[in-house]
Amino acid sequence: MSIDNQIMVDRIKNDPQFHDLVRKRTAFAWILSLLMILIYFGFVLTVAFNKEILGKSLLGGVTTVGIPVGLGVILSALVLTGIYVVRANSAFDHLTKNIVDKVKQ
Amino acid sequence: MRASSFAKFAAITLALAGLATPALADSVAVAGKSALNYEAIAMFGVFVLLTLGITKWAANRTKSASDFYAAGGGITGFQNGLAIAGDYMSAASFLGISGLVFANGYDGLIYSVGWLVGWPIVLFLIAERLRNLGKYTFADVAAFRLDATPIRILSAIGTLVVVAFYLIAQMVGAGKLIQLLFGLDYIFAVVLVGCLMILYVAFGGMVATTWVQIIKACMLLGGATVMAFLVMSKYDFSPEALFKKATEVHPKGGAIMAPGALIKDPISTISLGLALMFGTAGLPHILMRFFTVPDAKAARKSVLYATGFIGYFYILTFIIGFGAITLLLQDPSFFKQGAVAAANGSFDPKDMLGTGNMSAIHLSKAVGGSLFLGFISAVAFATILAVVSGLTLAGATAVSHDLYASVIARGRASEKAEVNISKISAVFIGIVAIFLGYLFEKVNVAFMVGLAFAIAASCNFPVLLMSVFWRGTTTRGALIGGFLGLISAVAMVVFSPAVWETTLGHPAGTALFPYDNPALFSMSIAFLGIIIGSLTDRSARAARERAAFEAQYVRSETGFGASTAGAH
Repeated sequence: MSIDNQIMVDRIKNDPQFHDLVRKRTAFAWILSLLMILIYFGFVLTVAFNKEILGKSLLGGVTTVGIPVGLGVILSALVLTGIYVVRANSAFDHLTKNIVDKVKQ
Repeated sequence: MRASSFAKFAAITLALAGLATPALADSVAVAGKSALNYEAIAMFGVFVLLTLGITKWAANRTKSASDFYAAGGGITGFQNGLAIAGDYMSAASFLGISGLVFANGYDGLIYSVGWLVGWPIVLFLIAERLRNLGKYTFADVAAFRLDATPIRILSAIGTLVVVAFYLIAQMVGAGKLIQLLFGLDYIFAVVLVGCLMILYVAFGGMVATTWVQIIKACMLLGGATVMAFLVMSKYDFSPEALFKKATEVHPKGGAIMAPGALIKDPISTISLGLALMFGTAGLPHILMRFFTVPDAKAARKSVLYATGFIGYFYILTFIIGFGAITLLLQDPSFFKQGAVAAANGSFDPKDMLGTGNMSAIHLSKAVGGSLFLGFISAVAFATILAVVSGLTLAGATAVSHDLYASVIARGRASEKAEVNISKISAVFIGIVAIFLGYLFEKVNVAFMVGLAFAIAASCNFPVLLMSVFWRGTTTRGALIGGFLGLISAVAMVVFSPAVWETTLGHPAGTALFPYDNPALFSMSIAFLGIIIGSLTDRSARAARERAAFEAQYVRSETGFGASTAGAH
């Protein structure tokens, strides 16, 4: 790493905005990860311990509660991914650009 | 390798394919299988010619190492999303999951959900940091501040072991499938797959591999969409009507609408869940795809697209599986001779021609005639080819970029020499894959994919995650944890009931490790190894590595100083 680069890294490192960004984004990412883990393992452990619930009829027909629940887990993966990408690609990236532009001046 | 040698190699492969005809006739005569599938062979031929054309075009454009390993960073988020989906939707997931739904109903959905939930984790924790810190391989990231030589050796071993198990599973699957679809001899099919993947990778590098994935993903998604549409159209697009008919004709009746026997004890369940969830974030051929896009923004988008495509695909396979139940179970032409139907006219799914794994293929004939059957067969073959190409490129890159350029040549190799080593490695890996595919013909391949995921989750993922997120990680800790994770995962699989008793034929109850999936234990061992190995590391090197975390942290979080498209 060149000296110039080292100076800029130091500047970013000492920028409170940088720490603010990373704290927010990291917390956001871990919360979403945790949500996904809870949804998936909640589903799988229901299958392991309480499968009768999923086998109940949904609306009195042959379609069971398990069908919308299973599809819901698939959908939740997509929704959580979407939520993260929208926020990261707009708000977080905007902040990142500000921080990097500031040290380049 | 120049265009002329490409033409020669391609000509030899095509001639080899031509040789198939007598072999075809022989095997059909001997085995008395179904008639030759000319539509499938013709459509597969078109796919091969198209992809070879792309490979030639890619070979002319591939000049630098960045072109070869990362397509020059010029792939868009959407294209990469398709390519990732192409890498991930293997024939095992298409035929295997629809076959599982066909045989067990709802259990197939539980299984497919597990393969999807790893993607959000890849996005939240890995994708952008990987893109910001690395250049061509995930070892670039782990070696960013740790001691490059041992870390790259560890990462390369982790990569090659995962690639080897995944590759064996795909090769064996390919051989079996082609044997059934096209009537070719097993060994011939394996050689054909091996030669084609060598061609794509050695000549076209990442550009050709990416486009093979994209074309295959479009074919697979398109074909599965049409099939699911045709199934639903028979039931006026009412899922309830489809499910009702399915419960009437399936031997298991209403039980196919609820969880069955797939999930055994909670420990195995959690262990498999962990392997699927975190294994995805440690698969080298998937991680490598994040270097083909220009920046972190595009890396994130590609995961979103990939998750959408893969999730949509699993919903389609669920419909296809139920379509197979309703439309095939009472038709004797899809079942083995001598199979006996129950009183209601339904056959046992186990008696299907080519086992239940062929239900999607048979269904294509039932809903779309022999032309559509040909298309879906060609799609299945294309699927295998695309997946093995991605794996081969990842393996070849680990050898050339991690082992040769960094460890053996200590950074003094020219770019040209490095790429040449990679091409030679691709040829070598292709030959080894053919040999392993031949050797493991009789082995149950399902557990090999599970093993690949377990190793990825227990070696590659912990090393990658900890080196990026924890300041305290040192080279010693990463080596101890990484190798312990790798060794314990392999050992627990070898001594599991599935391998020790079922595959190796030892008596029941003699397996030392009681569960079929090791991830819960081997991942814990890996993380503990990294933490303890790092905390107790008082060397000067460890102090330097901890001090270097700040610079890595700034770059991983902001992308400041990250390699940009085409600039390296």
